[in-house]
Amino acid sequence: MFDYTYLPSPNLLPSLVEMMLKIIFICTMNMAVFAPVLGWVERKQSALMQDRIGANRAEIFGFTVFGLLHVATDALKLLFKEDFIPRGADRPLHYLAPFIAVVPALVAFAVIPFGGKYMLWGHEANLVIADLNVGMLYIFAVASLSTYGAVIGGWASNNSWSLLGGLRVGAQMLSYEVAMGLTLVGVFMVYGSLQLTTIGMAQENFFHWGIFLQPLGFILFITCALAENKRTPFDIPEAESELIAGYFTEYSGLKFAMFWMSEFLEMVTISAVLVALFFGGWQIPFISHQGLIDAMGHLFGPNFGAIVAMLIHVVVFWVKVISWIVILMLIRWSLPRFRFDQVMRLGWKIVLPLALANIVVTGFILLAVR
Amino acid sequence: MLNQYIPVLVMTLAACGTAAGMIIMTTIMGPKKEFEEKMEPFECGVTPVSDPKSRFGVRFYLVAMLFIVFDIEAVFLFPWAAVFRDLGMFGLMEMMVFILVLTVGLAYVWKKGALEWE
Repeated sequence: MFDYTYLPSPNLLPSLVEMMLKIIFICTMNMAVFAPVLGWVERKQSALMQDRIGANRAEIFGFTVFGLLHVATDALKLLFKEDFIPRGADRPLHYLAPFIAVVPALVAFAVIPFGGKYMLWGHEANLVIADLNVGMLYIFAVASLSTYGAVIGGWASNNSWSLLGGLRVGAQMLSYEVAMGLTLVGVFMVYGSLQLTTIGMAQENFFHWGIFLQPLGFILFITCALAENKRTPFDIPEAESELIAGYFTEYSGLKFAMFWMSEFLEMVTISAVLVALFFGGWQIPFISHQGLIDAMGHLFGPNFGAIVAMLIHVVVFWVKVISWIVILMLIRWSLPRFRFDQVMRLGWKIVLPLALANIVVTGFILLAVR
Repeated sequence: MLNQYIPVLVMTLAACGTAAGMIIMTTIMGPKKEFEEKMEPFECGVTPVSDPKSRFGVRFYLVAMLFIVFDIEAVFLFPWAAVFRDLGMFGLMEMMVFILVLTVGLAYVWKKGALEWE
């Protein structure tokens, strides 16, 4: 028999198991599902939109599975590709840049709830990796770190185009970070919290979803989020026709893949934040959180009922997130690229004043209806 | 209180491990064939004509400075927003003054042309 007496509390073991399961679940979703498959989704979706066929060549015994095997071939190709570092490059920083780009993209997901709280055999499972009371502030803090990855990558490559791309990344992401923080202040005022689980529970009523209470905040936030994600129409840092590939021009193999992956993971995080703040998180419209648990409890008994309710909520959350990823990809393949001065003007002269006005108006309305 | 951050730490370690593993793998797995012309930085197939480590536009520094000013002011708004309902009218008026100062700053920067890009 293993001796558990050294554990400080009897609840520690279930909590530890719960924590590890949640971390493994999120890391698997991000690294094994979203990061590789979104590349395929993007290729297929752009092909569909441009009346092409898209990835369809990779096959095993004649089966192409809609080109899904390209996911595997891409990974193998990138793994066995030469890791190229140009002459005169700053080698340590060249190694460090993709590392800094990918770590925040993975870690930012920690505070986003993908389900509510459920009682399972006397243990309360809370479906969020870290239920921090600073919530969104943590996401802002971590996500802004990925700017360093891009800027350092551009600087370390000893390439004029990379450096220009890196500078543009810096200017663009810093500008939109200010605006992004301010766009969400209205949401925090409405729900009175920065904690995403609290905001999620407050959206139990369908008409209390953030999209209804903060419509302007939503439009401004999605603008800033697209800009932070560095994808078209805000992809001037990596504008192919002027800067080759911008800050990751001199990257190849898995180091290139890491920049590419961080972009997709950021897109997943953005979609998850959008869902958590504006689209009710894991909540189903017109069905309360406890109501679903009780209904399932009648059908399957208290513990298994809670598990079924939990699974339903998790699936609802991911369906919402995937819908948003598809919409973000539609935007990326529909709009042309903005010029740099247009991007900066939008950030400082339109989004920022509107975000400030949103705070003032939200404040007065909240006091008026109280 | 601090216990909440243990999962964040575990996840950060996992992410760092994954990222480091990928960098190590790509370094040892791929072939290495180096020769003089190939190691040039890529500039559309032409020998690079300018050294990238030279001076660049001062406007990028300006954006960074503006960012620090406005982002610190934005950080003050977060705790205020969280307790907004408890503070009521007093809190709103206080913050209106703060936002007014912020707006005056923005207007000044705007007027001075710091937000213009040629």
